[in-house]
Amino acid sequence: MAAAAESASATRPDTATIWAWLDDVPDPEIPVISVVDLGIIRDVRWDEERGLQITLTPTYSGCPATSVIALDVETALRQRGIEQVELRTQLAPAWTTDWLSDKGRERLRDYGIAPPNPAGGPDDCPRCHSTRVSRISQFGSTPCKAQWRCDDCLEPFDYFKCL
Amino acid sequence: MAQPNPQAQTDALFQGLLRLGDNTLILGHRLGEWCGHAPALEEDIALANTALDLIGQTRHWLSLAGEVEGKGRSEDDLAMLRDVWDFRNVLLVEQPNRDYGHTLMRQFLFDHYHLLMLRGLSESRQERIAEIAAKSVKEVTYHAERSAELVIALGDGTDESHRRMQSALDRLFPYVGEMFETDAVDEALAQDGIAPLPTALRPGFDARVDAVLTEGQLTKPAGGFAHKGGRTGFRHSEHLGHLLTSMQWLQRAYPGAQW
Repeated sequence: MAAAAESASATRPDTATIWAWLDDVPDPEIPVISVVDLGIIRDVRWDEERGLQITLTPTYSGCPATSVIALDVETALRQRGIEQVELRTQLAPAWTTDWLSDKGRERLRDYGIAPPNPAGGPDDCPRCHSTRVSRISQFGSTPCKAQWRCDDCLEPFDYFKCL
Repeated sequence: MAQPNPQAQTDALFQGLLRLGDNTLILGHRLGEWCGHAPALEEDIALANTALDLIGQTRHWLSLAGEVEGKGRSEDDLAMLRDVWDFRNVLLVEQPNRDYGHTLMRQFLFDHYHLLMLRGLSESRQERIAEIAAKSVKEVTYHAERSAELVIALGDGTDESHRRMQSALDRLFPYVGEMFETDAVDEALAQDGIAPLPTALRPGFDARVDAVLTEGQLTKPAGGFAHKGGRTGFRHSEHLGHLLTSMQWLQRAYPGAQW
């Protein structure tokens, strides 16, 4: 087994490298975070026969970005020279915003999107940091966001819904 | 004790999956009809997002239905190539949008049934059904919260909004009973531990819906009359045929078209 792993490692980058490559693939709708930050890549492994196996999970059942993400992941890996790659979609366990990385949460905030919060709304305005905020709509420009407004700077902003 | 009949079990499972997928498909399409027409931009976006969740769920249910049936039909074949008599959605979801009050009341009544059904299905012994339901229940929890808030806000709003919400409730309440009727398909699924009996969901529905209606100053119509025939396919309302001519027009005009 050790010998097989060694011979494979000559041509097969280890999974930590693959994870790092995937961390360069942006989310198509919120390009400041990667598909890894979003927590939708659930598993990366090598299969002796079938090559690289990537397991993804959708954010929302009807999110139109899901198929774009799958295509982007496959394209990125092929550009890195991986020829044999299979993508698998898994529904369980269901995606949760708890899987957003800390880096992803910070980048969302810097981008002007309030990160998800178990309290059900943003802590503060991502622009001026006032805690006086109010909800405009439970939904927003993508299935994963809602619209809020700051009552001090009066700017509307997106809030990444807690799911 | 009768021997289990595998074909009968497959048939019941297929029918049960069509009921789930057709409910979300037809209601998703109805909500999509508001796109670009809703009374406020935020409402327009909210309905489109809700529709998107429902259509996403439809894809899971109808794909699985096609696999269970085993005749090679895809989710698209089932959605686009069946005619009225083969649809198994409840009559409530095919009712036309009418005014915004009717659209919201229809959503409220369906959401609270839907949430209870999905919670039950997330305990299903059929693993794929449990997975789809567990995914959907997170989305539908949000739908149910939103529609309840709006029913309260508009029911307990202006004279005009109250009048419209009460009128919607009076018109739509007779479509509630069908969601909770139990027939041989439901009994077979319940016996196999695949789905809860719809009848068993009614007390939970009544408790939640009654509380919201009371808070919204709305009066539930007396009497238990229920329009039925959608989920068995026995008799849909005239509205479903018109909806399908719009939803399926591309496949009707250009059979087999793909992009």
